Amino acid sequence: MIINHPILGPRDAQEFTYLGDASLINRPDWQADDAAKQFYDYQYLRDNPAGEHRELWFHEQGDRSWLVVTRNTVTHEISKVELASDVARKEGRSK
Amino acid sequence: MHSLQPITALGGTEAQIDVIGDVTISECPDWSLTSISARLGAEKTIATVFKKALGIAFPKPMLSGTKDDITAFWTGPDQCIVEAPYTTHETLAATLATSLKTKASVTEQSDGWVRFDLEGADCFATLERSCAVDVQVMPVGGVTRTILEHLGCFVLRRSDHHFSIYGPRSSAGSLHHALVTAARSVLAQK
Repeated sequence: MIINHPILGPRDAQEFTYLGDASLINRPDWQADDAAKQFYDYQYLRDNPAGEHRELWFHEQGDRSWLVVTRNTVTHEISKVELASDVARKEGRSK
Repeated sequence: MHSLQPITALGGTEAQIDVIGDVTISECPDWSLTSISARLGAEKTIATVFKKALGIAFPKPMLSGTKDDITAFWTGPDQCIVEAPYTTHETLAATLATSLKTKASVTEQSDGWVRFDLEGADCFATLERSCAVDVQVMPVGGVTRTILEHLGCFVLRRSDHHFSIYGPRSSAGSLHHALVTAARSVLAQK
């Protein structure tokens, strides 16, 4: 499988490690009133779709950037690759 | 006073050089390395100060810049490594930390890495057997990090037939073995 890195271009998947669902970058606020409930959801509840899935990949044997990869879990087709830092910035975090 | 004998990454008192067919694999122990990582929000300031301090522009992705005997190569977003001769730049990390103030994380890395240079016409074939980098189309001054013998290594192209490999020093023996084996297989298949 080839991942088209936004900065480095096409790279072999063996250079990357997989973390999991992209929602893991949305860490809840620990000071919220329902923090326990939010962290329970964050930690344990995931969708497991047969189809398009947004997931986190780490370019460990490369530039060490975190990526949000949109991949079809049935065909392994990758439709979109973004830097996780850009995704977080778009959502108003990490400046 | 102790009388200590410095040794190279491969354990010798002199750098090991292997000539195999049309490629020379040489251990290069005499280089100091300093990594620089711009802090969040200080990326632009660091690029300016970096250029002022070294006379080299902060490297663009997958590229390096050289002035005299100092080379800076890109390692990640807003990160690079500065390489300079050890004898003249032993205190490079401290000097750079002073000039970049607290706007960047500066780390002395000389003893974390081993450098092997591949020179000669067979350097392409040797590297093609060792890693997934398309070395033929890599520009001169290009740099990339990839896997070589299961080790995370930097591959730099210095000139047409000259590449440098930086790998983890603690695995210098394995990396050297991999390069020598690949070079021998290139020679054997001629």
